[in-house]
Amino acid sequence: MSEFVIELNNVSKSYGGHEVLCNIDLQVQRGEFLTLLGPSGCGKTTILRLLAGFEAPTGGAITIAGRDMATLMPEERQVNTVFQSYALFPHLTVFDNVAFGPRMKGVNGQDLKERVLEALRTVKLEDFADRKPNQLSGGQQQRVAMARAVVNQPLVLLLDESLSALDYKLRKAMQVELKQLQRRLGITFIFVTHDQEEALSMSDRVVVMNAGRIEQIGTPREIYETPKNLFVARFVGEINVLPGKIMVANACRYAIELYGKLITLESTRPFAVGAAVSVLVRPEDLRIWREGEGSAEETANLFPAVIEEVIYKGSTVDMLIRLDSGELLSTAQFFNEEDPACAELDFRRGERVYVDWVHNWEVILPHADV
Amino acid sequence: MRTYNRFKQLSLGGIWLWLIVFALLPNLMVIAASFMARGEGEFLAFAFSVASYRRMLDPLYLGVLSSSLYWAALTTLLCLLVGYPFAYLLTRMPKRLRPLLLLLVIIPFWTSSLVRTYAMVIILKTKGVLNQLLLGLGVIDQPLELLYTDTAVIIGLVYALLPFMVLPVYASLEKLDPRLIEAARDLGARKIRIFLEIILPLTLPGIIAGSMLVFLPGLGCFYISDMLGGAKSLLVGNLIRDQFLSARDWPLGAAASVLLTLLMGLLLWAYYLSARRAGRGGLP
Repeated sequence: MSEFVIELNNVSKSYGGHEVLCNIDLQVQRGEFLTLLGPSGCGKTTILRLLAGFEAPTGGAITIAGRDMATLMPEERQVNTVFQSYALFPHLTVFDNVAFGPRMKGVNGQDLKERVLEALRTVKLEDFADRKPNQLSGGQQQRVAMARAVVNQPLVLLLDESLSALDYKLRKAMQVELKQLQRRLGITFIFVTHDQEEALSMSDRVVVMNAGRIEQIGTPREIYETPKNLFVARFVGEINVLPGKIMVANACRYAIELYGKLITLESTRPFAVGAAVSVLVRPEDLRIWREGEGSAEETANLFPAVIEEVIYKGSTVDMLIRLDSGELLSTAQFFNEEDPACAELDFRRGERVYVDWVHNWEVILPHADV
Repeated sequence: MRTYNRFKQLSLGGIWLWLIVFALLPNLMVIAASFMARGEGEFLAFAFSVASYRRMLDPLYLGVLSSSLYWAALTTLLCLLVGYPFAYLLTRMPKRLRPLLLLLVIIPFWTSSLVRTYAMVIILKTKGVLNQLLLGLGVIDQPLELLYTDTAVIIGLVYALLPFMVLPVYASLEKLDPRLIEAARDLGARKIRIFLEIILPLTLPGIIAGSMLVFLPGLGCFYISDMLGGAKSLLVGNLIRDQFLSARDWPLGAAASVLLTLLMGLLLWAYYLSARRAGRGGLP
């Protein structure tokens, strides 16, 4: 048996000449929590529907647990879906909703009852077995949908934007619950979302998609810290893009001209001298120096700027700062009791500051990607 | 604001007046008439009497009532058997085509049902369109004796009332969330189970509404049984008409009419209860 529970080989899908998925190659490991992340219309839900069997690919092959899915109907596949709107059967009780799957496979009597109650216990809803879906809150409905899917002990569980209908606090709580449930059951989860925070906090691996293609596959950390291109960098969190030019190349070390200053940075990517590049820096990696901090020699390599907006966020203070060269950057400063400069963060609009970042925390991409 | 209130009062007042004059008063008069005796010179004698209701318990009239119920029930069943698949096919049609197809269902309503029943006579009679067609195609050797039989009455009733079944069933099928079907398939249900366990229960309100809309008028459609059944089969509607127009026994006609109204009211109440149970899960 292959180590991959799901394999997509060169899968394409188009509707009436309009291509929504283009040559998708993807392998999913057993027990993995994989997230498909992308803006709406990027094809992530289509992948889910192809796996569930509601749609057939126009090209390529889908294999689940070593079996080709081409001729298998949704009702014959060992996958279950948690729908975006939950799609609970409104005329059935919670118990009967959860019992639906096993009953279709011929389970009944005491056996059925035990399995359903076990599934309801897993999602902490055993006291709600007799309720109808419309008597439950959004979070409870979400859990019924989970129980209705996991009771079938599927090889793979597909979750289509399953948390997006919940309010922020509940969503946070459900993220943790979902992750714990996945770990406990050991089922492979394929989770679709457009929320990058959700993707980063729950997944073993994230697949970033755009316009029917995969932009990058990696762990949340890889996706966030070393984005492969500007789309991934921009979609997964906020990022500042500084345009530069390679002046000197020496193995992996490059001297880059940025707004008239020569900064030496490292990159594993090869760049030719004279190439235009984009230097990407996350807002929280930018350091702000106030007027008078550090010596003149130290400030020589800093970029002068003016604070345009100060946004107090509780755990951070975010700022929009305008470089003297005209570029607008966003920064996020954490409170730091040990550093007197960062204990208060009482920045004011219009204040003159100097900016740099922790070198080598940036990402350098060829300019063509912009 | 003031003119708006004026308009509101006028239009609401108009509706009230209409309902009182043309619905409440006639009904009260019918109820009153049903408790009066038959007059000598006049149609009614102003004396309280329950004689008409007692006469309605006569096996003759009870027979009329029960056979009416039977015909109406059979009509409803046939309309459901034809109308449900019809409505289902309508919902499977491309979205662009559906309004047009619905229009085709409704267009016959623009003609008087009396005229349409005459058309049925032309189709069903011994030398009618249907027999000519079947003879011409060689399906039959002898023309079918359809007109003035119970079969003709049923055909007429089903034809006249079918749209009343199709429209509410179509509405409830259209409202059905396709995700529920996908969810059922995802959980391993095949077509028949999906129909029996998901589609049928969720369209039950539409089925019940359609059945009411067919069953209730089915009880009273006297002209269809007159024209297609040759006045051989007596329905409640025929009875009421005959008492008022031929036998001139207004109290008996009124009593039959009140009983029919009560029966309909009872059925509507049952519909209300079942719709409340079937609709979107039980109330908390």
